[in-house]
Amino acid sequence: MNPGFLYHFGKFVQWFPQIFSKPENGRMYYKEVVRQMYDIGVGSLMIVFVISIFIGAVTAIQFAYQLGNSFIPPYYIGYIVRDMAIIELAPTFTCLVLAGKVGSNMAAEIGGMRQKEHIDAMEIMGVNTSSYLVMPKLIAALIMIPVLVSISALISNFGGYLASVATGYYSHSEYVQGLRSFFVPWNVVMMYVKAISFAFILTSVSCYQGYFVKGGSIELGEASTRAVVYSDILILIADYIIALVLTV
Amino acid sequence: MIRAENIFKSFGDNHVLKGIDFTFETGKTNLIIGKSGAGKTVLLKILVGLMNPSEGHVWYHDRDLTQMSKEETRELRMDVGMLFQGNALFDSMTVEENIRFPLDMFTNRKLKEKVERVNYCLEEVSLGGINKKFPSEISGGMQKRVGIARAIVLEPKYLFCDEPNSGLDPKTAIKIDELISEITKQHNITTVINTHDMNSVMEIGEKICLLDAGKLAWEGGKEEVMNTTNKTLEDFIFASPFLQRLRARALGSD
Ligand SMILES: Nc1ncnc2c1ncn2[C@@H]1O[C@H](COP(=O)(O)OP(=O)(O)O)[C@@H](O)[C@H]1O
Ligand SMILES: [Mg+2]
Repeated sequence: MNPGFLYHFGKFVQWFPQIFSKPENGRMYYKEVVRQMYDIGVGSLMIVFVISIFIGAVTAIQFAYQLGNSFIPPYYIGYIVRDMAIIELAPTFTCLVLAGKVGSNMAAEIGGMRQKEHIDAMEIMGVNTSSYLVMPKLIAALIMIPVLVSISALISNFGGYLASVATGYYSHSEYVQGLRSFFVPWNVVMMYVKAISFAFILTSVSCYQGYFVKGGSIELGEASTRAVVYSDILILIADYIIALVLTV
Repeated sequence: MIRAENIFKSFGDNHVLKGIDFTFETGKTNLIIGKSGAGKTVLLKILVGLMNPSEGHVWYHDRDLTQMSKEETRELRMDVGMLFQGNALFDSMTVEENIRFPLDMFTNRKLKEKVERVNYCLEEVSLGGINKKFPSEISGGMQKRVGIARAIVLEPKYLFCDEPNSGLDPKTAIKIDELISEITKQHNITTVINTHDMNSVMEIGEKICLLDAGKLAWEGGKEEVMNTTNKTLEDFIFASPFLQRLRARALGSD
């Protein structure tokens, strides 16, 4: 593996604990958490809504295609859409997209502050900038991203409904029967484990990329891109590991 | 009092500082002067701990900054104010929010008291009433003064200014110098200013440190500057052909 990765991993491990120090002023941190929750949550609702409709719709159409004239009962379509969304597509797809939206935004915001010496200015005042700039984002993401993923899972089922029932291929009662069949609560646990892990990955990777940016606007752009690419890769690796560990 | 002891700093093969010893006095405007690239900013950043020296110590009275833990450094910084070369004003906040930021972060005062303190500091830099403006809406000189107001809002014992009058017209530049000098006297602050501006040197240079080729080339007060025989200092002062002609004429008519 390339030494650049090990270098950054070591630097990250050294830096990360500094995020968890006692806030200089609880109110300022709280205000920042609320602002970030709004940015991440409300700011991403629209995109989550759109991708979730398509997640459900495409799953339904693809499944219907594979179903063809087989012996599998048609009501399975609701069941398949539901479980595909909960187990894999809602958490993973949403977080991959959020890495692009929220992660790159975090990297650019913090990186810009680094380049404009805002971080130095805060350090001179005595602020622990690792903590003040990252901890609120992390808390906000750990709360809001699971919420967004839940919404995504819900809307995916609606997207599947649109594609299968509203188009007349399946009946309302078939789809709903499927939705109500074979429900395994454990899958929901798995969804939240994924959502929380992915939220953690995309926030910490993106903030790290921004916090240690050097140079000028080109480097800032690169850092923002790296935030997305590395977050995405790590999310997929984590997805695989979680799937292995939680399904045995 | 701040004392730099045998400070070395290298970036790879670039040896920027090669053994600087200097004492910055309390209640005085201490100047670090030198050509662009002489290492003034690097020295200033080492003095405030934004950079670590490759070798050497920085003493705040009897406490060594280079040996402090992160927590100790942060505690010391409660007493430090700094004006950055590019101002480093938070551009998404208004002037008032900028100056109030340290108060918000480190005090539990009521909003009304904080705003009063902000207004007092704004008056101090002659900018009363611009509270609601954003940094991008005011001139460069005003931004500098807002930077000063923010630096002094928590009543620091140490004030650092990196090129406070770069990019300003001569008149505004002198006003900024006078302002910093006044604040220094009024609150008995240890002030350290980076500059390459000769006007500043002659106006407010109570204790001057001339950096050249990584070493301390000359030290003294502004009174001693004119009578100097130090070659490096002469070169620095009379860098412009205009001043050289002026001096030649003055010497010739003697
Ligand atoms: N972070 C850094 N990394 C590498 N070299 C640096 C860094 N900061 C400053 N330098 C080098 O140190 C020298 C002095 O720079 P500086 O202190 O900014 O000069 P000035 O006296 O104009 O403020 C320059 O040659 C610069 O290239
Ligand atoms: Mg400089």
